[in-house]
Amino acid sequence: MALIQHSDFADDSWIRLDDASEAPIGAKIIVSLERWQRDRESLLGRNAPVGVLLKSNQPPALIAADIDRLSLIALEFPKFTDGRAYSYARLLRERHGFKGELRAVGNILRDQLFFMRRVGFDAFEVPDRARAQEWLKSFGDFDVVYQETGDGRRRPVRVREPEIGG
Amino acid sequence: MYVYDEYDRTLVAERVAQFRGQVARRLSGELSEDEFRPLRLMNGLYMQLHAYMLRVAIPYGTLSSVQMRQLAMIARKYDKGYGHFTTRQNIQYNWPKLDAVPDILADLAKVEMHAHQTSGNCIRNVTADQYAGAAADEIEDARITSEVIRQWSTFHPEFSFLPRKFKIAVTGSPHDRAAIKVHDIGLRTIRNDHGEVGYEVVVGGGLGRTPIVGLTIREFLPKRHLLSYLEAILRVYNQEGRRDNLFKARIKILVQSMGGTAFTEKVEAEWRAIRKDAVDFSSEDFARIAAQFAPPRYVTSTAHSAEFEAARLADKDFEAWCRTNLAPHKQPGYAIVNISLKPIGGVPGDATAEDMELFAKIAELWSFSAIRVTHSQNLVLPYVRLSDVHAVWQALRGAGLAAPNIDLITDIISCPGLDYCNLANARSIPVAQRISERFASLDRQYDIGELKIKISGCINACGHHHVGHIGLLGVDKKGEEFYQITLGGSADENASLGTLVGPAFSYDRVVDAVETLVETYVTKRQPGEIFLDTYRRLGVAPFKEALYGSHPA
Repeated sequence: MALIQHSDFADDSWIRLDDASEAPIGAKIIVSLERWQRDRESLLGRNAPVGVLLKSNQPPALIAADIDRLSLIALEFPKFTDGRAYSYARLLRERHGFKGELRAVGNILRDQLFFMRRVGFDAFEVPDRARAQEWLKSFGDFDVVYQETGDGRRRPVRVREPEIGG
Repeated sequence: MYVYDEYDRTLVAERVAQFRGQVARRLSGELSEDEFRPLRLMNGLYMQLHAYMLRVAIPYGTLSSVQMRQLAMIARKYDKGYGHFTTRQNIQYNWPKLDAVPDILADLAKVEMHAHQTSGNCIRNVTADQYAGAAADEIEDARITSEVIRQWSTFHPEFSFLPRKFKIAVTGSPHDRAAIKVHDIGLRTIRNDHGEVGYEVVVGGGLGRTPIVGLTIREFLPKRHLLSYLEAILRVYNQEGRRDNLFKARIKILVQSMGGTAFTEKVEAEWRAIRKDAVDFSSEDFARIAAQFAPPRYVTSTAHSAEFEAARLADKDFEAWCRTNLAPHKQPGYAIVNISLKPIGGVPGDATAEDMELFAKIAELWSFSAIRVTHSQNLVLPYVRLSDVHAVWQALRGAGLAAPNIDLITDIISCPGLDYCNLANARSIPVAQRISERFASLDRQYDIGELKIKISGCINACGHHHVGHIGLLGVDKKGEEFYQITLGGSADENASLGTLVGPAFSYDRVVDAVETLVETYVTKRQPGEIFLDTYRRLGVAPFKEALYGSHPA
C-alpha cells in the first residue's frame, strides 16, 4: 500500500482505527461512520484531527452536518467498478463545501486516477510503489476536459469560427 | 456537420495514446485479461466468439464522405473487407487484431472519429433521428442537442463507472425516428405555448430482458437546462441504481422500484440543488454548435423538378424505389434518400469496403458529402436535389445497392446473433436472410406494405425484437435453436411492446410461421391498414389461431 497526495507519493500521517481500539493520544485517526456516530463527542474532544471513512453505500448526507469538524474524508471503492463515490466526492466538494483531504481507498486502478482527481479527490491509497512513475503519469492522461467538476478545471472557451457545411 | 476544433482533436489524440499504453501493458503481461477487460470495453473493444470486435462510434449517426472512405480503408486494411452498421448507428469490425487496434484508432482520429464509450458502463454514444437537419417535420436539428450531450458525456469523470450502460436518444421531430421511449433517457424536442424550444424528458425505457416503455418525468425542460437536468438524473442513478445484480442495474429497474413519482421528485430535488451555471451550456455555446450544423448551400428552392418527374414516369424501377426510399425534405426541391443495406438474402447492415467507397462518392457528388446511419441499419443521403435523385439511383443500382424496400417486410433489423456473438442463443442473420428470400417478390412486398420485423439472437435484444411489428427472439431449447414470436411492438411516438403469441418455432419452421402471420393480416386487413393497425384492431387471437389452430399446443 502506498499513498499519493496531490501529485506525488507521500508518507501517510494518518492511522486507520478499528471500531474497538483506543485512539492513540494526539494521533490523526480515520474511523468508520459507525464509530463516528457512536463516539462523536469523545472523538471531537481529543483535540487531534479526525477523519471518517464512508463505505460505498454511505452517502455524504450522513455526515453533512459535521463537514467542518472533519479534516479528512475517505471514500471506499469496494470494487473499481462501483462508481458511487465519484458522485459522493463531487457532492462533498461542491455542495457541502468540504475543504479537507478527500481520500480514495479500496480497489483503485491506475487508469481511474484522472477521473478521481477530476471529481475532487486529492489523496489516493494505491497498491504499489513499484510502478510509481506510471501511476503518477495517469494524472496527465488528458489536457482537455469537457466538464467543470470538483477539480476547478474549466471547459475550454471556444472561439473558433465554424465552417458552414452539412 | 460538426468539425473538430483543437480541443476535440487533442482529446481524441490523448485517448489514442492512453489506449496504446493500455494495449502495450496487456501484451507485455502487466495487465491480466480481467484487468484489461474494463479498459478495452470503454473503448469499444469486445472479445467475441472468434476474435475481437471493435465498435466505432458514429455520433448521432452522422458521417462525411471522408469519414466513410476511411471506414472503407480500415475494413480493407485491418479487417476482412467489410463492416457492419448497427442499430446504435455505430459500425463494427469483426476481425481486428489486438495489437493493430491502437493503429486503427489512430487512423480513425485522422478523420475525427473514435471508439469512445461505445461499450462499458458509461454514457454510450448518443443516437438521434437520422433525418435530423433535413426532415420536413422537425422543430430543431437533433444533432445540435446530440453534440452538446456528446461533449458533456465524453469522459465524464462522475459517470464513467455507472451501475450499467446508459443510452440517450434525441429526436427533433414530433414523429419519433430515434426510438426515444426505449432508451435510458429519451429527449423529444418540443415547442411550448410561448414558442420556446425545449424537451420532453422520458426516462427508464429499454429493451433487454425487462422491456419497458419509458416514463415522461418532465413535460417541458427549457433547452438551456439540458445538461444540468441530465446531470441530476445521472447523479440519482449513479448513487441509487442497483450494483448487486447485473440484470437489475439499468435505470429502468430503479424507476420501477422507486415508483415514477418518487423518482421524479428525487431528480427534481437534485436538479434544484445543482449549480446550473457550471454545467449548462450558455446560449452562445448552443449557438456555436448550432452554427456547425448550418444547412448546406442549397442551389434551388423550386419544389418541382421536371427532370425528376420525367424519370419517374419513364422508369418503373426508379419509380418503385422512389416510393419507398425517399422522404420529404424541409428544403423545397430536395429529397432525403434512404440507401437500403438489406438486399434480398443479404446480411442486414453489412457493407463492403467497395460499397462504402461508392456511398462516399455518391454523397460527395450529390449530397454535400453528408451521410447518415439509421438505427434500422440503413444509410441516408440527407440532402439530394430532386433533379439528382435519378443519378443517385443509377449509381446505386449499378452496384446492386438500390433495394426498394425501406420499411417493408424485407427491411429487417437483426443483431449479429450466434454467427458472431458469444451471448447469443441462436442465429439471427440466416433467419433474416431466409425471410428476405421468402418475400423477395416486390409486388408482394408492396401489397403487404409497412411491416417491421426485428430479430434478436438472445434476451439482450440487440435486434429490438420487442418493438418489432413482428419480433423474433432466439432461444435455446435443449441445444436447439428456437424462436419466440412477439406481435404488435413499435418504437415510434406510439411506442408499444410486442405480445408473445405462443410457443416458439424451430429454426426450420419459423419462416413459415412468419408467412402465416403475414397471410392472416392480408386476409383480415381493412383498406389502408398496415400490419400493426390490423393487429391493434383485432388483437392477438386471430394470429394465434392461424399459427396454432384453436387449441394451441
